[in-house]
Amino acid sequence: MSELTLLLIRLAFLAVLWFFVIAAVGVIRTDLFGSRAGAPIPPRKAPKAVKPVAKPRKGEPRQMVVTGGPLQGTTITLSETPITIGRATDATLVVSDDYASSRHARLFPQDGQWIVEDLGSTNGTYLDRSKVTRPTPVPLGVPIRIGKTVIELRK
Amino acid sequence: MSTPSAELVPLPAKRRVAQLVMLAFAIVIVMGAYANVGLAIDGRVPAGMLTYGLGLGGFMLAAYLVLAKFAPWADPLILPLVTLVNGLGLVMIYRLEQAKMGGASATNQLVWTGAGVVLFSVTLIVLRDHRALQRLTYTAGAVGLILLVSPLTPFLGKEINGARIWIGIGGASLQPAEFAKLALVVFFAGYLVAKRDVLALAGRRLLFIDLPRARDLGPVLITWGFSLAVLVVQKDLGSSLLIFGTFIAMLYIATQRTSWVLIGILLFVGGAILAGMIFSHVQDRFTVYLHPQDPALYDKVGGSFQLLQGLFAMGQGGVIGTGLGQGHPKLIPLAFSDFIFPATGEELGLTGLMALLMVYALIVERGLRTSIAARDPFSKLLAGGLSFILAWQVFIIVGGVTNLIPLTGLVTPFMSQGGSALLANWILIALLVRMSDSARKPPPQAIQDEGMTQVFQR
Repeated sequence: MSELTLLLIRLAFLAVLWFFVIAAVGVIRTDLFGSRAGAPIPPRKAPKAVKPVAKPRKGEPRQMVVTGGPLQGTTITLSETPITIGRATDATLVVSDDYASSRHARLFPQDGQWIVEDLGSTNGTYLDRSKVTRPTPVPLGVPIRIGKTVIELRK
Repeated sequence: MSTPSAELVPLPAKRRVAQLVMLAFAIVIVMGAYANVGLAIDGRVPAGMLTYGLGLGGFMLAAYLVLAKFAPWADPLILPLVTLVNGLGLVMIYRLEQAKMGGASATNQLVWTGAGVVLFSVTLIVLRDHRALQRLTYTAGAVGLILLVSPLTPFLGKEINGARIWIGIGGASLQPAEFAKLALVVFFAGYLVAKRDVLALAGRRLLFIDLPRARDLGPVLITWGFSLAVLVVQKDLGSSLLIFGTFIAMLYIATQRTSWVLIGILLFVGGAILAGMIFSHVQDRFTVYLHPQDPALYDKVGGSFQLLQGLFAMGQGGVIGTGLGQGHPKLIPLAFSDFIFPATGEELGLTGLMALLMVYALIVERGLRTSIAARDPFSKLLAGGLSFILAWQVFIIVGGVTNLIPLTGLVTPFMSQGGSALLANWILIALLVRMSDSARKPPPQAIQDEGMTQVFQR
């Protein structure tokens, strides 16, 4: 094997090594901005609801929106089932917050109204500015504060 | 937003094809390196090229398939990058074996790589949700401590090359400290998630730094004392530096307080000075570090001979290296384990070493990126800690062999010959892959527009 061939192999190897590094950086670059090629996945066809959900009457809240805290932006569509909030993993809204209890509060519908109930939390549940001491009806758009998380009901 | 149409949130792509292409590219580079070694030494392509190349390729294909099945959203770059480093390590060990260097065995290393891939797969398959580790916080801490002190137990422990960091099981020797570091990172992450508010918020402000409360200092002091004890009793400078540095870095990630870093550095400098005054082996390292070119030290047993041979080798390599198979890396003692970096430096030169360091940097970057994208504090800390420990380890050993910092015996991750380190690092990569999978996975899509059903992500 001649010196020249070996020199060329050596240079080629280093070039390929750097090309690998550059290719890796290239993968990251497209990774950062997302790939254009993939068309947005079409929304899955909603299966026919077995039992049509009763349309909420006018003036009734339809969803619960997290407006503050780490989970800000989360929305939960309200149905007939109660909503539990807390740190426990089986809660409907799981908040990872040192100021929340594992079973902190409960929201449930009653006669077309949603009621908030504190479940004996350490730091309390606040409806607007006042502490919730017994089950209290929640008006639309009034913030409920649980630890660092703020939620409200919306239409 | 110019288009009011209800456009879905852009999903992060899986990038499986990119991953496979990069993986194949890494394998091709490794096979090219084998061929280069053979051409330079015997003038022909070595018979081992296909065995080692296809062996490595087969292992990595298996790892890729497991990853594609059990962690489909995982980062596409982590596995190819690790493959390249692991493969280059194999080539260097093969090359040293060809040069008749005692102790170097590429076959052993390939078998260990296979075992590492098996552990990688097992970790991915068994650990479906890494948050299960959070429940094992204190168990992991206890396991870590037991593993760390296990070489000191009378019948199990073995002393090799002056450091008592081995345990012998049957005929094989393992370095439990390599696995202990993983357990300890899990422990630190779990502990800091629980305590970080207290560590960050309680305390007094003095001049520019926030002084923590004395009782919050407890765990830091305990870790410090413990890593010093490891240093003293096992004479393992590298591991103690690794553990203490990682703890401080994770404390910083958790609390974002510079004061903890300052306290950590002060404690470390204090501990190092203390250890240097009391223990002769620490002092020796310092003397070698300060005066590597002293002829008396060069000739002394355990002096600067090894370090200087490494430096000479890198000097010989220069900018583009002597070429694979054309240097004399076997003149460096332990060139296949602790000193594989200078050995590679001689043959690939500065250009090659920089590429290698870039690959390490990219692995760490992917890990830190996972940490940023992670959705819960435990994953953030765990991913940050695991990436940091990898980066820190590379820094300690590369800094050591280039005489930037005093030399402490640590392996170069994935390159050095040695089973325990390779296995432990493959588990580390599996954890990172698992976390990047859960961080990049898109949130569950609603099955229907409205109704009784809610889709949640656990």
